[in-house]
Amino acid sequence: MKQKNSILRNKGVQSLLASLLCILIGLVIGYLVLLAINPAGAKEAIFTIIKNFFYYPSGPARMKYLGSTLVKTAPLLMCSLSVLFAYKVGLFNIGVAGQFVVGAGASLYCALGLQMPWFVCLIAAILAGALLGAISGALKAYRNVNEVISCIMLNWISLYLVNALLSNVKEAASPYTMTLSSTNPKAIIPSMGLGEFFANNQYVTIAIPLTVIVAVLIWVLLEKTKLGYELRATGCNKFAAKYCGMQEKRNLILTMAIAGGLAGLGAGAFFLTGFEQWQCTQSSVPAMGFNGIAAAFLGGLNPIGAIFSSYFIQHITNGGAYVDKTMYSAQISDLISSLIIYLCGFVLFFKTALTAWLDRRAERRAAQEQKGEEK
Amino acid sequence: MLLLIQYTLIFASVLILVALGGCFSEHSGVINIGLEGIMVMGALGGALMMKFAPAGLPAIGMFVLVVLAAVCLGMLYSLLLAVAAINFKADQTLVGTAMNLLATAAATVFVKAMNTAADSGNVSATIQYIEQKKAFLVNIGGFEFNWFMLAALVALICSWVVLYRTRFGLRLMACGEHPQAADSVGINVYRMRYAGVLISGFLGGLGGIVYITAGVSEWKFEYGVAGFGFLALAVMIFGQWKPTRIALAALLFGLFRALGNVYTGFDLLKNLNLPSAVYNMLPYIVSLVVLAFTSQKSRAPKAEGIPYDKGQR
Repeated sequence: MKQKNSILRNKGVQSLLASLLCILIGLVIGYLVLLAINPAGAKEAIFTIIKNFFYYPSGPARMKYLGSTLVKTAPLLMCSLSVLFAYKVGLFNIGVAGQFVVGAGASLYCALGLQMPWFVCLIAAILAGALLGAISGALKAYRNVNEVISCIMLNWISLYLVNALLSNVKEAASPYTMTLSSTNPKAIIPSMGLGEFFANNQYVTIAIPLTVIVAVLIWVLLEKTKLGYELRATGCNKFAAKYCGMQEKRNLILTMAIAGGLAGLGAGAFFLTGFEQWQCTQSSVPAMGFNGIAAAFLGGLNPIGAIFSSYFIQHITNGGAYVDKTMYSAQISDLISSLIIYLCGFVLFFKTALTAWLDRRAERRAAQEQKGEEK
Repeated sequence: MLLLIQYTLIFASVLILVALGGCFSEHSGVINIGLEGIMVMGALGGALMMKFAPAGLPAIGMFVLVVLAAVCLGMLYSLLLAVAAINFKADQTLVGTAMNLLATAAATVFVKAMNTAADSGNVSATIQYIEQKKAFLVNIGGFEFNWFMLAALVALICSWVVLYRTRFGLRLMACGEHPQAADSVGINVYRMRYAGVLISGFLGGLGGIVYITAGVSEWKFEYGVAGFGFLALAVMIFGQWKPTRIALAALLFGLFRALGNVYTGFDLLKNLNLPSAVYNMLPYIVSLVVLAFTSQKSRAPKAEGIPYDKGQR
């Protein structure tokens, strides 16, 4: 019995349990919403969302659409890493959406306007995101501007800027940017045979394994290096960090720059596959950034956990596209993922309650044992 | 020129209402990032009321019903924040962000479902209210006076009186500055914080319906309210959490937002030949610059964002 106790007390297990609970409650509420809209197809719709690419009957088609889900998981993973990295340093990076946008703008402009090869475009995306992040960081460090507010303002500013910039390289007849394959095939991230594995899905590129490697690197950086330790210390108490001789202002800016760079990399890794074109008349920031917040918290704020949670969020988002449009809208998956973020707010309470319950049980058991001995 | 004043006043009204909402919530000690979501919900409530109100309703009846719907839905939605932040001690920024996303997604799903049910070919998330909107407007010599402008003024005066001249307001502010001290003299901190969040739901919901009826006569709920809730938060910070200063800040921001709508009417601005994107960005850029210069000596309530724990000393 003592063995079981120690498993439930394990922080990782608690996080996992909490996340699974969030997912379960989120799906149940989503199901109830579907029931309320139209009871006839609710069951089918919720299973469609959960099934995603299993919707297709044949094996190769499934592999192909698994590939497509993975293509979109890569940027989401980067966005969630961006959020969790900043959160570990005590900053709430809600600007991940804007950093994603400037990353997309920089990479696509380098690819289409300046005809650069893919790795230059990717680096440009990282730099653009990092710059935007650094602006929020510097405003926070030197002018005490709340990073949430400054990030939101920058989100809108960057959206309008990027729309204006990419209008220079858009197709004449549509609001979309030119395709990479027709304008500059060099800018497409190489597939190195990965696409063949996914039933010749040309969009599956080395970007996907690359992002997983970055996730592991971020874990190493946060947990195993001096810099990571300093950043986390600054997040815990910036005055204590300053007292210990750490440059807390530099750390703040550096954190936001790294977080921004991650989001920018995500944008590059997505748009440079040619999977989607940028729509220059877009009037709201892409949902990718906000889903990144969901994935970061659902993954228990752990880079390795983020890999799985990003996949899950993208899985249900893609699944939402397959629901019967005559009854429901694809936004139902946004609804579920935002519910999951809301529920993640209760994780701390859940963990404390679980620990308290375990304590009470252990106490009761100890008391009983004592009684038994007295008899 | 008249048009510019009209738009400035209506956008300023929105900002005043929502920023005052944020002001009440933060003075009680709860950061309300979810104002944007509350606005969406208020807008949804008001828009639905306009759509389904019986035709031939007198203007005053329409006004009251729409306000009531917006306010009720806003308050109901703000309970999500209150429960999570006050009873469950959740991270207020996280919950607020979730509320913003949830409101847009829920409103979109709901309106789409409603439109599709009415007409199976209609998959848009738009509600129209061209006729109904006229109930709020009075035309005074080319100037469209909107009753909501008056509502914002009333809200402003009431807020000032409540915050500084009543027992309730002073107690509310005590809970945001030093909840332990407030508790020690017998103030129920939890109840005060509930009050603060609910008032912000009230004002935020009202602001939401004003925003979607300002200048347009249909609303696409996929857009949420385009960051206006956050602009209101910037107004609140710029206004140093004080109602009178908030009103001045709101007028300034309202002016820049209005410029985006009407700049083509000014020869001077038209001749500059700036792309429209510049005017769209303007309110956000101005707010960033302003925040950079005013956040340094911030007079934020001291205990905001920190969950109140009775056992803590």
